[in-house]
Amino acid sequence: MSDKKEEEPRVGVFICHCGSNIGGLIDCEKLAEYAGDLPSVAHSEDNLYTCSETGLTAIKTAIKEHNLNRVVVASCTPRTHEPLFRECISEGGLNPYLFDFVNIRDQCTWVHMKDAEGAYEKAKDLVKMGAAKAAKLEPLEMIKVDINPVGLVIGGGVTGMSAALNLSQQGFKTYLIEKESRLGGRLRSLNRLFPYDIDASEFISSMISKVENASNLEVLTSAKVKNIDGFVGNYEVEIDQQGNLLNIEVGAIIVAVGSSLLDPQGLFNYNGKNVITQFELESLLKEGFKNENIVMIQCAGSRNSERIYCSSVCCMTALKNARYIKEKNPNANVIILFRDLYTPGTEFEKYYRATRELGVLFVKYEEEKLPIVEDKIVRVYNDYIGEEMQIPYDLVVLSTPLVANEDNKELAQLLKVPTETNNFFLEAHVKLRPSDFATDGVYVGGTAKWPVDITESISQGYSAASRASTVLSHSMIEVEGATSNLPEFNKSLCTGCEVCVKVCPFHAIVKNENDEIEIIEALCKGCGVCGATCTNQAIVIRHFTDDQILSEIMAYGGK
Amino acid sequence: MQENPKSALVIGGGIAGIQAALDLADMGIHVDMVEKKPCIGGKMAQLDKTFPTNDCSICILAPKLSECYRHPNITLYSYSEVQKVQGMAGNFSVDILKKARYVKESECINCGLCAEKCPMRVDDEFDRELRKRRAIYMYYLQGVPAIMTIDKEKCLWFTKNACRICEKTCERDAIDFEQKDELIKLENVGSIIVATGYNLIEDVEKSALINYGYGKLRNVVTALEFERLESASGPQGGHIKRLSDGKTPKKIAFLQCIGSRSDRVAQYCSSICCMYTTKEAMIAYEHNNELQSYVFYIDMRAGGKGFQSFLRRGASEYNINYIKSKIAQIIIDEEENPIIVYEDLDNRQIKQLKVDLVVLATCIIPPQGIEKLAEVLDIELDDYNFIKTTPFIPVETSKNGVFTCGCVHEPMDIPRSVAEGSGAAARAAEVIRGG
Repeated sequence: MSDKKEEEPRVGVFICHCGSNIGGLIDCEKLAEYAGDLPSVAHSEDNLYTCSETGLTAIKTAIKEHNLNRVVVASCTPRTHEPLFRECISEGGLNPYLFDFVNIRDQCTWVHMKDAEGAYEKAKDLVKMGAAKAAKLEPLEMIKVDINPVGLVIGGGVTGMSAALNLSQQGFKTYLIEKESRLGGRLRSLNRLFPYDIDASEFISSMISKVENASNLEVLTSAKVKNIDGFVGNYEVEIDQQGNLLNIEVGAIIVAVGSSLLDPQGLFNYNGKNVITQFELESLLKEGFKNENIVMIQCAGSRNSERIYCSSVCCMTALKNARYIKEKNPNANVIILFRDLYTPGTEFEKYYRATRELGVLFVKYEEEKLPIVEDKIVRVYNDYIGEEMQIPYDLVVLSTPLVANEDNKELAQLLKVPTETNNFFLEAHVKLRPSDFATDGVYVGGTAKWPVDITESISQGYSAASRASTVLSHSMIEVEGATSNLPEFNKSLCTGCEVCVKVCPFHAIVKNENDEIEIIEALCKGCGVCGATCTNQAIVIRHFTDDQILSEIMAYGGK
Repeated sequence: MQENPKSALVIGGGIAGIQAALDLADMGIHVDMVEKKPCIGGKMAQLDKTFPTNDCSICILAPKLSECYRHPNITLYSYSEVQKVQGMAGNFSVDILKKARYVKESECINCGLCAEKCPMRVDDEFDRELRKRRAIYMYYLQGVPAIMTIDKEKCLWFTKNACRICEKTCERDAIDFEQKDELIKLENVGSIIVATGYNLIEDVEKSALINYGYGKLRNVVTALEFERLESASGPQGGHIKRLSDGKTPKKIAFLQCIGSRSDRVAQYCSSICCMYTTKEAMIAYEHNNELQSYVFYIDMRAGGKGFQSFLRRGASEYNINYIKSKIAQIIIDEEENPIIVYEDLDNRQIKQLKVDLVVLATCIIPPQGIEKLAEVLDIELDDYNFIKTTPFIPVETSKNGVFTCGCVHEPMDIPRSVAEGSGAAARAAEVIRGG
């Protein structure tokens, strides 16, 4: 790759018609002519589609013919097309960072569709600024990071075991750590599993034995993460196993710590005897069960102003336990007081219908008129018949929500990942990156992230393993080269105020043992927040240097 | 990890299949992706926004489409179908039929000149037949691959031996009327992922919606039609107007469980409608702040992350009224305004509500052609004809080495489809890597 930093800038500008998206509103040929007269511009042309093979060939040809050392493409959006053009000029023999994208479609012709003249003037300004910035661009290298092909899964419940099994089966050395003395998580305490009504302990035992017999898979029980250092591909993790400290080196980490149960004290006269939770009912059902008049109350402690969310597993849990009771004793009366019954999809809805057919009764109540649990009866206002019902009971079962673990914050801090308002872990994007964190190399699945059932927990465990495998499968990966930098010659400017350390959303800036600010480039995403807040302008944002940005401003408004 | 000679086959280029393919490709495993339609993107490409973040759907999808197309480890066969599968887990051989587009992929740059000149006007499937396209067409504006396709059924040359204007118009000689369907044979396919998505009940059985006036009353549309009406690149350019008179609706009724949770059409729950309805009502409100929305529902199902707060915001900030009810019928007045006759389940009264537009949350059904595909793959289907999966392992089909993800095995939202896409990829990688 040639380094043309020292040469005089010779910028090539390519104006894209984008079919009629740009060309239909403004005169691209005229815009290209205009660009040709700008300072430092050695060549300009317009293309119907610069991104087509024809357009890309034109760029590569022009680099050779006109000895270009910088390229500007004015077209759609860098979001989708910057990687393509960077690759193209790289094939043409230039450093990929000697490229500037000027957005004249999404931010110009699309938004000014009704003002062709104004759009043309704006496009001129944008191209002028882009060419000026391009002249100041410097070559950068992608940062290469070695990958240690070892996985760590935190949490030995159903999600964590699924993830660990998959990683080890893919051939990666994997550690699975569990804070309790045995694997299995919440499932160990359950009776049966919906919607297939199989025995929970049989299911979990078979999974545990698979984990214990897997090659490449090392299980550490009674173990907690004490400290985590490093970045994608190179994490050093300190584990505390009953006082013994172990250090392991891993390339990727999966968070599968599960969730906790809400403390039911104060809800609907909970007393742990004849007013209990679904979770407590599970153990009763295992031991043998005598009650005949059972009232279940859904959304106990959830979907209220204090805890807005729906815990999504409680309706199915109630149906499952109601069915079990009716199967054992068809004369038992089971009434479920609910707000909106949550049985999405195929199997759950089928299960709901079958439960109704067994004679379980359903009564809808409103958030504004909560059921009242008295000594011998439950009072509930039945919306549909428009009057209060008094239901005698010998057992009230509260369907309480799953809540986030109290120590999530602690682990989140060690991992440098965020949690949301309810303290569940927060993924990178709720829609399209459900198993990732914004931090590379750290992934999440199961109820650590949000209440989900076993089926979804297992698929999320696999999902997190897949994401981890995309890193672990390589001996080396490249990460963004346009990062923040505290150059040697600027170190004297740094006052050590640590504002950058606080504002960095990726925790990429630390104060090192010499009391100096240090930027860990493999963690930096080049967002620029540190550079913008640095009180003494010591930090340089590569590819967005003050010089480069000022040149754009001067091109726009300067003389 | 060493390069593996075995590849993976992903059938279906919607968001679930795309995620599966990208993960496998990023693991260094070669992927062949087969998509029936001219472009990948699936249903997500047709949506306007996505809940609960209200991100523009195509804007967050498009980079994934490009990534799929450009990835060195992915070979994309669009406008293609899997015809035959033989062998077993770890070593399948697959026949793919790549249908002729009558356009040379290497030459077409999607300039659109041919479509401008094409004299034929045919219903645009992508826009749910709410506008016309030409017989030579781009499946959708931002589609990948960005290549035109000739609709053989509608093209004047193929139907009447006339025209060929597109051929004369194309400056790059990309039109090829002699192009033939191509049979592609893949060997050494380690695992297969089925992600062929879903259809909607109106795609196969419009009559199932007759009680709601669909197809008869012009101001009754389906939810996916409404997505296209809201979309800036849709048939109304993002201005929501009634189909009868072009007026902007001030009152919209959204009817839930249309076909779903019923004995007449489908007993299961379509899972996504409660949420997308709230989103559609929010977006419609953003288009017109005088809008009142009415959501007629049985149970509001909002279990996902941030979903309950989304509903609360809908009710408090976007004029959405949620009415627990049973719909009796829809009638119209002389101005074609729909009148909804319903039983209000909060007070047992039979009521009527006159609105300007009705949007039906219609039932998700297994994708057309699923029986044939199941036969080709030798996998079982469930009671409803979705792909049958192993209890508790939703990405595993009845056949070793064949995995699945997304709505083809159960109705689900995008985050779950994406997670399952990755999950299926993880399991497929296990087989390929000999685990």
